[in-house]
Amino acid sequence: MKRSAIDMLIVGAGGIVGALARYGLSLVFNPADPAAFPWGTLACNLAGSFALGSLASAAEGRLPDWLKLGLSTGVIGSFTTFSTLSVELLHLLQHGRLAAALGYGLASAAGGLLSVRAGMALTERRRYFAVKGGRP
Amino acid sequence: MSGAVCLLLVAAGGFAGAIVRYRLSQAIAKRFPSPLPYGTLTINATGSLLLGIIAGGHAPQWLALLLGTGFMGAYTTFSTFKLESVRLGRQRTWGYFALYMVSSYGLGLIAAAFGLYIF
Repeated sequence: MKRSAIDMLIVGAGGIVGALARYGLSLVFNPADPAAFPWGTLACNLAGSFALGSLASAAEGRLPDWLKLGLSTGVIGSFTTFSTLSVELLHLLQHGRLAAALGYGLASAAGGLLSVRAGMALTERRRYFAVKGGRP
Repeated sequence: MSGAVCLLLVAAGGFAGAIVRYRLSQAIAKRFPSPLPYGTLTINATGSLLLGIIAGGHAPQWLALLLGTGFMGAYTTFSTFKLESVRLGRQRTWGYFALYMVSSYGLGLIAAAFGLYIF
């Protein structure tokens, strides 16, 4: 089988895992009422950003390429979502929940950046201590 | 609809959505090389439009799970958008950083509104 076909299958397999995990969390935390605050999506997006940040700054060669592709592009890429965030923001606005929409937008926009940075800091710190021979 | 069928629909959509995102972002990066990640931007805007259409069109549950939760959820991505933004910030290319943030949220909201209310 061609390399590119294998890569596509790896991403697709990761996509299944990520989508199912997001669906599971949305069943537990996203209220059925579209005017309610979407905690499930926010949790997915922030946790996924943290995970992608820590994976992205992991030292080259520490993970095999196929595993990094499957985890980052496949699992985490599908676990987090942007389209749902857009639609949920509009639903909050439509129901007149201006403060909730603003809070959701800010928590996503700033929280996503901070989560990536925190994930990067985690792996960079671990690497730093690994080089120094100390405890992480 | 039984729980197993729901899971299968989301899984099938997630499989296809992740692959389309992977191939499309590769193709766009190759065709339009730029510090601004056009691939993710295009994917998130088009996915928001299509999810808006699905959410606004009162699709049956099986279709909403397959195309909405599964495909569009996996096709669009939040984590890559944020990682790319952090990288633009680390490179001190603040113009691109601001442009990427504003255009992602702006286009995403406009596209979703178009799908929800106009389409």
